[in-house]
Amino acid sequence: MEKHVLLRDLDIPNIREIDIYQANEGYAAWRKALTGMKPEEVMGVVKDSGLRGRGGAGFPAGVKWGFLPKDVFPKYVVVNGDESEAGTFKDHQLIAKNPHQVIEGVALCAYAVQASTAYIYLRGEFAEPAKVLQAAIDEAYAAGLLGNNVLNSGFNLDIRIHLGAGAYICGEETALLESLEGKLGQPRLRPPFPAVQGLYAKPTVINNVETLANVPPIVLNGAQWYRQFGTEKSPGTKIFCVSGCVNKPGNYELPLGQNTIRELIEMAGGTPEGRAVKGILPAGSSAPILPASALDTKLDYESLAAAGSILGSASFVILDESVDIVWAARKMVRFFKHESCGKCTPCREGTFWALRVYDKIVSGQGTQADIDALVDVANGMANKCFCLLGEFATSPILSTIKHFRADYEQFVREHQNGTADEYRDELLRDHAIQVSGQHV
Amino acid sequence: MLKEKRADDVQAILAKYPTKRSAVMPLLYVAQQEYGYCDDNAIREVAELTELDPTEVKSVVGFYTMFFEEKTGKYVIEVCDDLPCALRGADEFVRHCEHKLGIRAGETTADGKFTLRTVMCIAACDRAPVAQVNTEYKYSLTPESFDKMVDDLK
Repeated sequence: MEKHVLLRDLDIPNIREIDIYQANEGYAAWRKALTGMKPEEVMGVVKDSGLRGRGGAGFPAGVKWGFLPKDVFPKYVVVNGDESEAGTFKDHQLIAKNPHQVIEGVALCAYAVQASTAYIYLRGEFAEPAKVLQAAIDEAYAAGLLGNNVLNSGFNLDIRIHLGAGAYICGEETALLESLEGKLGQPRLRPPFPAVQGLYAKPTVINNVETLANVPPIVLNGAQWYRQFGTEKSPGTKIFCVSGCVNKPGNYELPLGQNTIRELIEMAGGTPEGRAVKGILPAGSSAPILPASALDTKLDYESLAAAGSILGSASFVILDESVDIVWAARKMVRFFKHESCGKCTPCREGTFWALRVYDKIVSGQGTQADIDALVDVANGMANKCFCLLGEFATSPILSTIKHFRADYEQFVREHQNGTADEYRDELLRDHAIQVSGQHV
Repeated sequence: MLKEKRADDVQAILAKYPTKRSAVMPLLYVAQQEYGYCDDNAIREVAELTELDPTEVKSVVGFYTMFFEEKTGKYVIEVCDDLPCALRGADEFVRHCEHKLGIRAGETTADGKFTLRTVMCIAACDRAPVAQVNTEYKYSLTPESFDKMVDDLK
């Protein structure tokens, strides 16, 4: 993009410093809201903008805010910065390079719902970027933009960072709340929804880091300005994380629905040695894989859904023709097996058994019947898990077999005498770690 | 004891939340900084500070991978070998790390200097192979830069 809405660090050096941020319209929306807008007006403009949640679900943010009961206090804003989906690294860049825009978005959300405390939950591995974000929060307090009676408006706001400690499941919003309350990160039964009974059983808004980073420019410039980007149903810009088999992996901010997957890969430098694309994971391990025939799919929520996958967090992992699909699927299933929280049986047992079958195949002991066994295990999980993690775990299994069954059959045929030496080292390592208690 | 040795940190953490229980993870990080890992003594101290049963604190330690239940090396090197990194050579890179350190992933060197672990995605796939050394990111690693890093830490 010519001028970024979110990744403004690419246009303005050192925008992570408050002076430079403020010299570039930083906190102008916050001042505008506190000095001249009612909370419901802030919520209204976000609703009108059509901003959809960027964490994966794509639910309209303003509508979500509107679910909070008006007369129950305290309320909380919780920011989901757990960013653990394989292939996702956009929130990492936002908090490390443009932290004030995140803080300003959190503040505007808190004002809109009248919450006076916000917690930013960051994955534990973000200890380093968390320091950048904390320094920015400290700057905002010192500038009188946070704390008590902000800008003489009578509004109070405290923003606190909470670090997770290595658990993908905490990206699930109710598991995140449990974790923030000091418990195991395991999802809660809904209802009640967090909007009604969230953190400490109080009304709570939970939004992704990127979602809230969109809010300051929306409040400052208006809903119509925002809608110049994107499509009717998917307004605005989105950060696309591109990784895997591309020459220039990285974050690319684009208007939703404007470009195709093929163009995104070109922006990311194309594939190594110009190899053909074999598969595309549009939202990391959680998204059903798409074959190369989907390369001309547009980059928005509706188009990806129509193509048979999801836009989700828009973490595009590209697999070229040199990649062994069975090996890649095993990697993804290993991820879900590692990250299953253990609360519900279909997910806990399903991911365990699916990985066992993959290990059997990859170690050269597989049979054609094992391919069907994988489908059986996945079907035994689908629509039966307590939360989406278990459902997502079926994606790499079912979608790779659907599109690349011939690859599975060939793998089994070619390795039927236990000759998959190239993978033995990897399997041994995973098993050794499992025994040593690192729960792979 | 943490409540004396790290009194300011402990108080600041407890003040951040309306319940003491919410402080359990940040306090475990403080304990881990002080003691290197979350042994039973650390767990008992955190339990006392949060007014929880030690068993509950221990379950938190067990659930989250970043709390260590056993002594680790001085430097914990965590290399991502998840799919996006593996597509950019992470598995081969892990083999190199094992060779350089003379241990398998999951082990600690005999001199107690280094623990090598493989980890799931750490949100830096654009700069693979990537590792964290005591949670400090090391991006776009090569066998040469890894060797130099290890030699410098020795």
